[in-house]
Amino acid sequence: MPILEVKNICKRFGDTEVIKDISFSLEKGETLSIIGSSGSGKTTLLRCLNFLETPDAGTITVNGEVIFDAADPVSRSEKGIREKRLHFGLVFQSFNLFPQYTALQNVTLAGLLLAKERPDYKAKKNEIQEEIIRNAKAILNSVGLSSKLDYYPHQLSGGQQQRVAIARALAMNPDILCFDEPTSALDPELTGEVLRVIRELAERKTTMIIVTHEMSFARQVSDNVLFMDDGVIVEYGPPEQVIGNPREERTKRFLERYFENGNV
Amino acid sequence: MNIYIASLFDGFWLNIKLFVLTLAMAIPLGLVITFGSMSKFRPLKWLVRTFVWIIRGTPLMLQLFVVLYSPGLLFDTPMKSRMTAAIVAFVVNYAAYFSEIYRGGIESIPKGQYEAGAVLGMTKSQVFFKVILLQVIKRIVPPMSNEIITLTKDTALARVIGIAEIIMCAERFTKQGLIWPLFSTGLFFLVFNGVLTIVLGWLERKLDYFRV
Repeated sequence: MPILEVKNICKRFGDTEVIKDISFSLEKGETLSIIGSSGSGKTTLLRCLNFLETPDAGTITVNGEVIFDAADPVSRSEKGIREKRLHFGLVFQSFNLFPQYTALQNVTLAGLLLAKERPDYKAKKNEIQEEIIRNAKAILNSVGLSSKLDYYPHQLSGGQQQRVAIARALAMNPDILCFDEPTSALDPELTGEVLRVIRELAERKTTMIIVTHEMSFARQVSDNVLFMDDGVIVEYGPPEQVIGNPREERTKRFLERYFENGNV
Repeated sequence: MNIYIASLFDGFWLNIKLFVLTLAMAIPLGLVITFGSMSKFRPLKWLVRTFVWIIRGTPLMLQLFVVLYSPGLLFDTPMKSRMTAAIVAFVVNYAAYFSEIYRGGIESIPKGQYEAGAVLGMTKSQVFFKVILLQVIKRIVPPMSNEIITLTKDTALARVIGIAEIIMCAERFTKQGLIWPLFSTGLFFLVFNGVLTIVLGWLERKLDYFRV
């Protein structure tokens, strides 16, 4: 059974159809890259999965449970959404760290707040909090930031901030971790450290969806690549096919333009 | 000499009273007005914005008169105390200004902060109180400091509805040919605002540990 099944998702903003009837699925441990030019709808698709946009039609199924059905108003209610969105983590292009909290506090904040809703919270408050903090330190250590726990975001480089953001998303233990162009806001010399972390996650079989412009990176880490253009999936398959040997005319043109611009 | 100084202190006590009560009530009331002016329910939003426009668009002196006289002249229930009238006028006036400062502060926080909180499973109120609020406070401390210092001096306006604040007290002595009490009222304001500047500067530095 696939961990994620997206069926017939549509999204329009006013008169513009941004996503037109998109369906795909994802296996546990799989890394899927979504590529395509700006305005092709890839970011909107990711935002739909994280409930930052509400699809106009379609269903989203995680582990066999329908967590969103556009036809069912109950699945669109605020409370329902809050629990279900924890199936997904999202790393933003612009990091969006909380500036008034240290790296460690950024990673623990949501977990500590959520823990208050546990029935055994009152009885085991200290244990629970210590566990969350210990876990956060371990995750920050795994992204190479054990020496920056008490640094505030403005004291960190862009690459370090993005790694904190990845740790923050991982701390909530999502089934599927999504990345929205995680290196697009970084100076070229800082993209490497972020891509290295994502590559390690892929090696550890973290289920991921990565919207990216880094073609060679997508080719190396992805199990599958999805090329979107004008709100539809044009081509889907293993990276050797979609990036290495595309069948569709539109994919070829996109990749030609991409490599013409001096990218590798 | 002593009766002069005692009179000035009596007057300044009223300025301080008006200042403290206005701040204590206008700061929270301003937040309520902000929520109204940012409401998604359009009639409420436009009602509140019109109200803010009227309050900010007319003289505080006029508002003092309106609050003092209209209950008696329009509804036959005269204001019992002039101080109450002054407090009402000042609170409403300053809450309107504060609400616009708050709104500017809230709207200046990037959408990504709300979204980051939301995708981590935080509730809307958790996002507001744990993530947004402190960033807003940091942003509004400088403009609020400005308004607060203006307020100290505006309290002198209460004399137009007969509140014996410090300048009114000092002016009485000019009839006896004395000018120095009038001059020295300036010192009261300078010292008071000096202390305020130090306190507000301290608050600004307290929030210097992060950047927004």
